[in-house]
Amino acid sequence: MSVTAKTLNEDEFFYGHKACAGCGGSLAVRIALKVLGERSIAVLPAGCMSAVGFNFPQLCFGNNAIISTFAGTASMLTGIEAGLRAQGNTDFHAVGFAGDGGTADIGLQALSGAIDRNDDILYICYDNEAYMNTGIQKSSLTPFGAKTTTTPAGKNIRGNLKQKKNMFEIVAAHGIPYAATASIGYLPDFMRKVEKASKIKGTKYIHIIAPCPTGWGISTDETVEISKEVVDCGLWYLAEYENGEFTLNHKPKEFSDVETYLKKQGRFKHLTDEDIQTIRLSRDAKWEAIHRNFKLD
Amino acid sequence: MAKKFLSGNEAFAEGIRLARPQVISAYPITPQTIVVERLSEMVEDGSLESEFIHVESEHSALSCAMGASAVGARAFTATSSQGLLYMAECLTYASGGRFPIVMMNANRSTALPWNIYGDQRDSISQLDCGWIQAYAVDAQEALDLALMSYYIAEQKGVSTPFMANLDGFVLTHTYEVVDVPTQGQADAFLPKFETENKLDLAHPRNLGFSAGPAHNTAFKYKEHIGLLNAAKAITEAEDRFAKIFGRRYTGLTESYRTEDADYILITLGSIAGLVKETVDNLREKGEKAGLLRIRYLRPFPNEEIADAVSNAKAIAVLEKDISFGNEGTVYTNVNSALQKAGLSRPTSNYIGGLGGRNISAEEIKSIFTELKKEQSQVKFIGIGGEEE
Amino acid sequence: MKPYLRDKAPEKLSEIPDATAYEAGYLVTKNAGWRNIRPVIDKEKCIGCLQCYLHCPDGVIYKDSGKVSVDYDFCKGCSICKKICKPGAIEMEAEK
Repeated sequence: MSVTAKTLNEDEFFYGHKACAGCGGSLAVRIALKVLGERSIAVLPAGCMSAVGFNFPQLCFGNNAIISTFAGTASMLTGIEAGLRAQGNTDFHAVGFAGDGGTADIGLQALSGAIDRNDDILYICYDNEAYMNTGIQKSSLTPFGAKTTTTPAGKNIRGNLKQKKNMFEIVAAHGIPYAATASIGYLPDFMRKVEKASKIKGTKYIHIIAPCPTGWGISTDETVEISKEVVDCGLWYLAEYENGEFTLNHKPKEFSDVETYLKKQGRFKHLTDEDIQTIRLSRDAKWEAIHRNFKLD
Repeated sequence: MAKKFLSGNEAFAEGIRLARPQVISAYPITPQTIVVERLSEMVEDGSLESEFIHVESEHSALSCAMGASAVGARAFTATSSQGLLYMAECLTYASGGRFPIVMMNANRSTALPWNIYGDQRDSISQLDCGWIQAYAVDAQEALDLALMSYYIAEQKGVSTPFMANLDGFVLTHTYEVVDVPTQGQADAFLPKFETENKLDLAHPRNLGFSAGPAHNTAFKYKEHIGLLNAAKAITEAEDRFAKIFGRRYTGLTESYRTEDADYILITLGSIAGLVKETVDNLREKGEKAGLLRIRYLRPFPNEEIADAVSNAKAIAVLEKDISFGNEGTVYTNVNSALQKAGLSRPTSNYIGGLGGRNISAEEIKSIFTELKKEQSQVKFIGIGGEEE
Repeated sequence: MKPYLRDKAPEKLSEIPDATAYEAGYLVTKNAGWRNIRPVIDKEKCIGCLQCYLHCPDGVIYKDSGKVSVDYDFCKGCSICKKICKPGAIEMEAEK
């Protein structure tokens, strides 16, 4: 039986934090901890969630939580899990919450090492598609065309020119026991995946799209809606990787309009019709590959 | 107690085995590799019960050790040179987080030029990071330090990580006869690791938080006091060690024939063995030479240095590092100690052993000869002084 | 259980911990001052579907006798709750 809003743990483990109003990342952290419960030990590297959650003496985690180095989320998780196990303790969840920068860029080495060792940890990447905490700079998970403070959209170069790195497939290529993609626009799906992951031994990875209203240029009340739309227009997909197989959890009957999704956001306002078509075509190419390689739920 | 013929690395590994670390994070780097290899063999044959983690970098090695320490487990890692610098940001995390991790550092030169041989530039460049820093002179001290380090680091008023330094190759890879204590003796010496500075499922805590301008200084002040408290903890540990193992160590420094010495050489690490011989040879010829070996660079033995050299006519500091653009860092620290004690003496700085260059008995003898000139100077052994 | 406001914030040197470790869930400031508008729940229209409770990034909406209520100490006024409420039971009103 999947976790629902009604059956979800009523405790709040992430509360009183200083995230922006409407912050997607904080919703992802809040919900994950409610699913995992009070025996969670959370590791957070430099990034929005640590910056807003642990500023002495305002300590916003009701469960055990610690800040790691920016690059060391996964290695600190490894040490925590080993340290508790060495003391005969196995009834806990070691969970990391790192942003896209802390996962796909500076944190990638440690994450790869942890997966390689199959350490019994859950690693959740809350992806707001840029280094938001430091003021909206490009990361390797910033999508094509996005304006950031280090990829300004001007006359010569119209924003970020690189494609978003596919972290989900990178971790899957390690042969990880379980990996999944998610979105805060589809919370029941996310909750199901967190709960499922928590019951698997070995390394688990969940990659959740968690928009930043400030960085995306949307109003604070649009965060959840846009997180649904990114899935509905096919620019993000909900899937799982387990036992060597990819499964698509949600197949939109018809994609909603990519242009509508993009133009709602300040970071994409400068895109031309040509840019949008490029994005549409790369989405189509990706979905062709999904149809070939993923099985349907 | 058993007598074994061991290298410095092997002796250190034996000491760590006896200390019962619960988590070991291991990444290889010359000349430390033997330590982690021996530990993995001990885990394999069951003589050491520990979670041995093959991390994928030095940064992860210390990050992993911190995670383990943060949940109350005794943690160990080891590194050298480039590895120490790679994990440098974790050094201040560990010390600021007050995690009593023990790390063995095989002193090795830092690139560029690339060099695998021993000098002390790696650890000395990290003198300010908040770790206790000890320097072993021989394999016996290395083994004993491995055990004592946890006792000292884990003291409640200290709670500071401990870097145990062994000179690369000249100590890590040379062999001597070493007393290896029994596990029973080690257990009598080193109690189980208990701490409140941890993530605790029974009492949830938030660790490693940020502290802004209003509160930061208070945390740093407490960290400083913790390191200063290590001096007392070291003495206490050595008293306890002497009772159980019968070997007596002498705190932050070791003096050799300094009481009536005219000329004193201050140094650290394995070179002190050769200096001791030189002092004995000079004494036989009627020269009043003495050696002061610094065992701990942090906390720094200001008083011990001032006491030891107060009657000397001139002092030399021999070290295997250079703070480019100024002088050797140990020399800077020593001069500060003398100044604070109101002692004015000609002090010279001898920079030697860089990149593993051998320091000969002759070269040490000529330091004492030059001390008679009672000048202050900074000199690179094998190159030339300021006058050139 | 949830992090809650404490009477006192540690200030003096003796109150600062010896390590960077402190009791979990220790709060000393509210977030109420952040908002210009506040959600007001019409308990008649509310059907207790809990979607607002689920989607609040700050977790300030809590279950209350089959319906929901808001912890105004920590609500930032983002209005996600109003947007997600299907029966239209939430309106945003100006802060006085």
